[in-house]
Amino acid sequence: MNTTPIIDNNIWQPEFECMAHSERKALQLEYLQGAVSRSLRNPFYKKAFADKGVSVDQIKSLDDLQRLPLTTKADLRDNYPLGFMGIPRNEVSRYQGTSGTTGKPTWVAYTKNDVENWSNLCARFLVSGGLKKEHTVQLSFGFGLFTGGFGLHFGIEKVGAAIIPISSGNSDRQLTCMHDLAPEILICTPSYALKLMDTIQGGDIARSDLRLEHAFFGGEPWTENMRTRIEEGLKIRCWNNYGLAEVQGPGVSGECAYRNGMHIQEDHFIFEVIDPDTLEPLPDGEQGEIVITPLRREGFPVIRYRTRDIGYIINDGVCSCGRTTRRMSRISGRTDDMMIIRGVNVFPSQIETALMRIDSVAPHYMIEISRPNAMDEITVHIEIKPDMFSDSMIEMHKTKREIGAAIHSITGLNMNIDLVSPNTLKRFEGKAKRVVDHRNLVD
Amino acid sequence: MKIQQISLFLENKPGHLNAICRTLANNEINIVTLSLADTQQFGIVRLIVEEWEKARDVLEKAGHVVNLREVVAATVANTPGGMAEILDTIGKAGVNIEYMYAFTYRHESKAVLIFRFDDPDKAIEALTAAGRDVLDAPTLFAK
Ligand SMILES: [Zn+2]
Repeated sequence: MNTTPIIDNNIWQPEFECMAHSERKALQLEYLQGAVSRSLRNPFYKKAFADKGVSVDQIKSLDDLQRLPLTTKADLRDNYPLGFMGIPRNEVSRYQGTSGTTGKPTWVAYTKNDVENWSNLCARFLVSGGLKKEHTVQLSFGFGLFTGGFGLHFGIEKVGAAIIPISSGNSDRQLTCMHDLAPEILICTPSYALKLMDTIQGGDIARSDLRLEHAFFGGEPWTENMRTRIEEGLKIRCWNNYGLAEVQGPGVSGECAYRNGMHIQEDHFIFEVIDPDTLEPLPDGEQGEIVITPLRREGFPVIRYRTRDIGYIINDGVCSCGRTTRRMSRISGRTDDMMIIRGVNVFPSQIETALMRIDSVAPHYMIEISRPNAMDEITVHIEIKPDMFSDSMIEMHKTKREIGAAIHSITGLNMNIDLVSPNTLKRFEGKAKRVVDHRNLVD
Repeated sequence: MKIQQISLFLENKPGHLNAICRTLANNEINIVTLSLADTQQFGIVRLIVEEWEKARDVLEKAGHVVNLREVVAATVANTPGGMAEILDTIGKAGVNIEYMYAFTYRHESKAVLIFRFDDPDKAIEALTAAGRDVLDAPTLFAK
């Protein structure tokens, strides 16, 4: 465990973050009972609890959590659009969205209280990672349904720092802004930081003319190697945090001044790590699928949500920062085929849906992801079928464009389309392996 | 008056074109002419063969993606201006050429042009009216 801080050690809500274990456990149990009651407004949980023979009054200790049903992305999809909402519509203050597996988003609702909690939880990791009231922050996450933009905005506002809501894209404008408004802090995806780094190295604005000191990265998986590369290349310090829309968005966990993993906001979330095959719980320190139960959410109360993210829990005593919460590792992979490309969640099934718009039976395909320079690039290799083929080059280009447009309309991403001969892509026994990722996201 | 052309999808990989020619040779199918349109990623091979049904079957059986297209074959004198005249005729008829290619016709001093038109019937009509030699299959394949 690191015992030397890299930056000043500040804590946003010490009353919760540094709470004694016993006190937090009591609080978690009380909140868990509330979360379960709220979830029972949803017919899905009514049935799932009945199937398991559990009722709210049987939840007498935190161990009883194990008796509750798990929730998957597929359950959310089956109850589209708002089956998981825990409140009447007129109590919703905000909707956000995240990509679903079929082309339709997963909608999540927030009450006023949810937004207030979300703001404080984002403020917690921002402050623990070095944000101060006197700072100016360039917020280069997309503002829209993606929880990154607004979540961080709320957190920065809470801390009282100045926000430049520049949103994503347009590197030249980003750099001009970074130069002219002189923010100390940048928030973006790590791959976008790499792109900015290249733009600075080849452009008119010199690094020495920027005040930039610090960055918070999120929205996609990254590694310690990437951290070193960006910290050396941009001469900044970068902080990691974690979250997902299904349980809130950013603010679920984040690094402190000592960088001993990401502190889990355990007064708001109960973390479990399970074996994704047997669904049995795994002890702290063992790698598995992260399962999260948000305790305070009103708008979207999910129980034991299977994130599909792979990681482990660090529980080696109280961190030097003074926080008593357990910490989590970086995300090292996924238990499904979900890809995170330039901060956007993409599922192979979405590509399949797009291909079926061109031809009712989707051709065999394979997805290849690489990061040739700074940005993720994705190529869809498609085995051509007779009815997709034409003797006219104009028609062939049209077909390629149509496939690209269908994929874009479902995923929001531009992908390279590569047509290949039939039976040339590798076949796999059993479950088709559709994704080849060359990005090397694990150190 | 139209000729059947066979087109195949060609991946830009070494040996792919050779495999196509080899399949035809093994089945004793003679290629009258072959034209290749390609991009960095893939290409389209267009073939004129007499036994197009057999060719299609053996190529499909060998795993190739095959497409049939009716094209128009016209002769042009191997002299300056011959090509321009034919294109004039087609232009005046208001027919669009999607693509074309040419090859030398047996031992005469003539070339054969193969056209894919957006409206082949109208093109044939215009070419015939202008006194151009539009070839039917028996003439084209006559030994
Ligand atoms: Zn700490």
